[in-house]
Amino acid sequence: MSQTQMQSQSQAEAPRVFTETETPMVELRQVSRRFAKKLDIAAKLARRLGADVREEIVHAVDHVDLRVRKGEVVGLVGESGCGKSTLGRIVAGILPQSEGQVLWNGQDVSTMQGEAAKIGKLRRQMIFQDPYASLNPRMRVADIVGEAPLVHGLTTRANFDTYVDEQMRRAGLDPAFKRRYPHQFSGGQRQRIGIARALAVAPEFIVCDEAVAALDVSIQAQILNLFMKLRRDLDLTYLFISHDLGVVEHLSDRVVIMYLGRVVEEAPTERVFSGANHPYTQSLLASVPRIGNRKRAFATVKGEIPSPLNPPPGCHFHPRCPHAFDRCRVEVPKLREIAPGQRSACHLNDAA
Amino acid sequence: MAETTTAATAAAPTLEVRNLQTHFFTRAGVVRAVDDVSFTIGRGKVLGLVGESGSGKTVTGFSIMKLVDPPGRIVGGSILFQGKDLATRSEEEMRNLRGNRIAMIFQDPMMTLNPVLRIDTQMIETVQAHEKVSEADARARARDALGMVGIPSPDERLKSYPHQFSGGMRQRVAIAIALLHRPDLIVADEPTTALDVTIQGQILAEVQKLCATTGTAMLWITHDLSVVAGLADDIAVMYAGRVVEFGDVGEVLDKPLHPYTHGLIGSVPSRNKRGEPLRQIPGMTPSLLNLPEGCSFRARCPRAAADCIVMPELHPWLPQRLARCHHPHLEEVAAA
Ligand SMILES: Nc1ncnc2c1ncn2[C@@H]1O[C@H](COP(=O)(O)OP(=O)(O)OP(=O)(O)O)[C@@H](O)[C@H]1O
Ligand SMILES: Nc1ncnc2c1ncn2[C@@H]1O[C@H](COP(=O)(O)OP(=O)(O)O)[C@@H](O)[C@H]1O
Ligand code: SF4
Ligand code: SF4
Ligand SMILES: [Mg+2]
Ligand SMILES: [Mg+2]
Repeated sequence: MSQTQMQSQSQAEAPRVFTETETPMVELRQVSRRFAKKLDIAAKLARRLGADVREEIVHAVDHVDLRVRKGEVVGLVGESGCGKSTLGRIVAGILPQSEGQVLWNGQDVSTMQGEAAKIGKLRRQMIFQDPYASLNPRMRVADIVGEAPLVHGLTTRANFDTYVDEQMRRAGLDPAFKRRYPHQFSGGQRQRIGIARALAVAPEFIVCDEAVAALDVSIQAQILNLFMKLRRDLDLTYLFISHDLGVVEHLSDRVVIMYLGRVVEEAPTERVFSGANHPYTQSLLASVPRIGNRKRAFATVKGEIPSPLNPPPGCHFHPRCPHAFDRCRVEVPKLREIAPGQRSACHLNDAA
Repeated sequence: MAETTTAATAAAPTLEVRNLQTHFFTRAGVVRAVDDVSFTIGRGKVLGLVGESGSGKTVTGFSIMKLVDPPGRIVGGSILFQGKDLATRSEEEMRNLRGNRIAMIFQDPMMTLNPVLRIDTQMIETVQAHEKVSEADARARARDALGMVGIPSPDERLKSYPHQFSGGMRQRVAIAIALLHRPDLIVADEPTTALDVTIQGQILAEVQKLCATTGTAMLWITHDLSVVAGLADDIAVMYAGRVVEFGDVGEVLDKPLHPYTHGLIGSVPSRNKRGEPLRQIPGMTPSLLNLPEGCSFRARCPRAAADCIVMPELHPWLPQRLARCHHPHLEEVAAA
């Protein structure tokens, strides 16, 4: 837990050094995203009859700061509904934020115009969890992969076939299958189609949203190896969203942990797994089943995950936190630096 | 009422599956979904049944419940429940066993729950379906069962409808229903796969306590080796419709005998050095419609040799350790 331990670990293992001062490739400043949960018929009727029913607001993402530097792999973890996908879609530029700023190479994307805006968006691509739902079932693989590059002038009609072949080969697919439709492929192959499609527009930054969650372990290993190879070959930067801490530990340089719309902790990967600060991170790590465990008593975090429609006041984690005290119930803890590169949002850090 | 645990059968394991075969007779051909599955579960023990998607885990579970629908049919082998073959039971007897002595928990709890009925209505009905007890007694049983799976204020919760519960709570209610008759065997098919880790941890802890205290035997079906590592006593690994390895969970995970188990464990990220390429099994699972001749793992196996053209039997290479392979990793066990 000491600082020296942390430094020696990050020096021993991190293959790259990222300085705090360089301009991040992607930066979010106090980004929030709200969704209005529409009233159903029963609620509308009740309101017409005079009941005090209001449209409920979900704070899917609540004042999040995030920096991803060029060449880095940042893991984003948290439980279902905590806002990972929403944050990922904002970062990828396919969902507008309600508040806050998104910067691409230091420039606010809302100020980018015309060609620059278009290219900025193409450079950020997203790969989804369900490779089937995200592929048009009526399109052949060649068109799924080659359509966007053609539209954006990355290839021509004349070179289309060679271009598609190259993209497929890079994702580990046999180009001989390019006339086929998505349903004619296995889950792992479909995920490769999604990867080929994303890479075909020459992105620099990839958001992977649970990209291996639906795959069996042996296929998962093949796809994760492909991600790591592509990172080296193409100098890619990743935001890697996953609920699987083993996967995140294996390939991330840094890990960001979310709970109910907020970032609660952020640190270099070794640090998270050896010296997590936030009580939620600690509980999460204790709950993860590990293949090395034998007939052990499962560590348990008490209580349910609260509804994001009605999150607890103060620190969102307080009803489940073993260390909660009065202040936690009223005051939102700020995310602040507690060690070099490690930030945590917990009032316990003020006591020391 | 519960009459099955007699002195004569008490010595037999709760469940013994021998050479089970369940095939689906489809228009495209015969799908050999389960083609040679054998394992044993003792009283109060948890067996983890693992394998990749499509390897036949669910069909095995449904076969034990005798719930396989056409075009599927059990075509071979035997399923001994407390020493007696389920094949000899009438449908009437099976209905009596199901939900009473043998219960199933599904991945989707709504397979068990009725969305339009209150929880107490459903649970009381379930109790009274198999036993003549008063409503008050049935309600007390329901309350105890909810308490046992860690649902706070069970009295209030009994009055709720399924949609008023979160996914994790619903799964707990489904487990509580499975427990109502203190069954001798529970078949659980991926019941925590869709849940978050903190909720999964809570449920696994309850399940573990339960088997130890009530003597219920559990078949826990999952593709997650890490869950099995912490929960199960024994493990059975399936590949392409067959059990390829069986043994004590610690021994199998530490020193797998079968090359497929070996590859599977090797590809888990935590078994690899951080940042380095993961060890991977090349190729893909074969289609169950036309399996290759001989060992089904042959095309992907690094140890395959000429004799693998003959299908290996599930052989006891070591005491209590079975593997379906001509060239198991015995040298690694010896080196340990
Ligand atoms: N279009 C939408 N309309 C209304 N609510 C939404 C919408 N999209 C997301 N939400 C809500 O925002 C919250 C965060 O959702 P999000 O999909 O980002 O979660 P997640 O962390 O990706 O979860 P999972 O691990 O299940 O994928 C949830 O409460 C979700 O129900
Ligand atoms: N009703 C059915 N008709 C035809 N094939 C089926 C049917 N149900 C299952 N199968 C096949 O049986 C095999 C095993 O399926 P299953 O037991 O569900 O696998 P698992 O649970 O291990 O993922 C698969 O190839 C599946 O497609
Ligand atoms: S702020 Fe309070 S409730 Fe929140 S994690 Fe820290 S101690 Fe627990
Ligand atoms: S029998 Fe042969 S092919 Fe099959 S797993 Fe063993 S060594 Fe490999
Ligand atoms: Mg998501
Ligand atoms: Mg299944």
